[in-house]
Amino acid sequence: MSRIDQANQEAVKRMMLSRPVWVDVGKAIDVIPGMKKNLFLHAGPPITWDRMSGPLKGAIIGGLIYEGLAKDTEEAEKLAASGDIEFAPCHHHNAVGPMAGVTTPSQMVFIIEDKEWGGFTYSNMNEGYGKVLRYGAYDDEVINRLKWLDGVYAPVIKEAVHLAKGVDIKSIIAQALHMGDDGHNRNRATTSLFIRTIAPFVVETGWGKKTDYDAPRLDLSNVSEYFKENKATAAAEVLAFMHSNDLTSLNAIMAACKSMALAAHGIENSTIVTTMARNGTDFGIRVSSTGDKWFTAPANVPDGLYFSGFTASDANRDIGDSVITETVGIGGFAMAAAPAIVNFIGGSPADAFDATNEMFEITVAENNNFNIPAMDFKGTPTGIDVRKVVEKNIVPRINTGIAHKDPGVGQVGAGIVKPPFEMFIDALKELAR
Amino acid sequence: MEDLFKSELKVINMGLEGFAETLKERGTKVLHVRWQPPAQGNEDLLSLLDKLK
Repeated sequence: MSRIDQANQEAVKRMMLSRPVWVDVGKAIDVIPGMKKNLFLHAGPPITWDRMSGPLKGAIIGGLIYEGLAKDTEEAEKLAASGDIEFAPCHHHNAVGPMAGVTTPSQMVFIIEDKEWGGFTYSNMNEGYGKVLRYGAYDDEVINRLKWLDGVYAPVIKEAVHLAKGVDIKSIIAQALHMGDDGHNRNRATTSLFIRTIAPFVVETGWGKKTDYDAPRLDLSNVSEYFKENKATAAAEVLAFMHSNDLTSLNAIMAACKSMALAAHGIENSTIVTTMARNGTDFGIRVSSTGDKWFTAPANVPDGLYFSGFTASDANRDIGDSVITETVGIGGFAMAAAPAIVNFIGGSPADAFDATNEMFEITVAENNNFNIPAMDFKGTPTGIDVRKVVEKNIVPRINTGIAHKDPGVGQVGAGIVKPPFEMFIDALKELAR
Repeated sequence: MEDLFKSELKVINMGLEGFAETLKERGTKVLHVRWQPPAQGNEDLLSLLDKLK
């Protein structure tokens, strides 16, 4: 075995041994290394305000309003362009965020600890569907939901996870792949398991009987007649919100995947991809043995199905850190585990098997944690080798949501996207240097 | 050779999928193998890949 092949085996071994456990929730500025008052984190590789896409700009504008640093769009845009606000990739701070990925200093974040290798990774709270900050929307509804998430939801689940003494996210992902999830676009099983695990502790928190608190309330009147007549407790609001949002678990899963990817980073001679991320303008990758260097190229527009009233002409270029799931062998790589979502891309269950099988062509291992029952429990394809991508001319397959290209609108669909091939060629050139 | 075309054809097609499609349209059993030359035959990339073996 060559020294590169040995290094790659070491990288995927470390990736698969990583044991990410959700241990806490904290305020970004207090817990994320290097976070400061005027720093806004975003998805993807580094980017300046003038090159940001519509949805990323929208999320930055919303973040500035949420932080109380701007009172309206005009003031926020002026401040964002002034140079007084710094922007940095979530990945530079061991964090990840879906879609725009904007994480502001006051936002509450999941804290994931790698119990095998040590260290922490982070992700913000998932806001649910529709008009949300991560898709670039920022009206009052969006800002109020953020206030509820940080003022009620986060404190409740923080107390709950302390009572639970941590939640093993890797185990949840492994089980969910046996229940029809891919771990990226379909999260119904991961979220169900997440709720099952944390619900008893949510009820046991000090918020279990609390019906009055100083933050915007979550309206449950459309959930049941019961809540039209009775004031919900904070715990009931939290559990109802989790149930209404299949993406509840996604951000914690992403932070767990970041933990696994970090474990494989920095192995001398390794050609394994340890970061894939998009900011809505550029796609970027990083490789285990090439340090913090990004290899970037213009991001593609996803191919997918659109919500009623929207078409491909509304779509922004690919955006988000959620492709960290594919980086560690789930998401599009585990498509064969999730036949229920193949209609997202107008395909058949056979296409899902083809997608997973194709990813074995560009990876170096079968995952020993995540497997697919319908493929005789074969492990998912794991550890993308830059050399194989270039040699086979096959790029990683990515499942994704689709954001509107304009700020303030939100999600318009979901589908699949191909990363640009040029990044892998640039990485190969650097590796051969 | 003559016997070949008198018996039922079972074809393995490599590379261009169009050949497989045409045969399929005529009712021939075809197994298509998706194959392309390594690094699309690009000499520069092949030499880089050679260095990284």
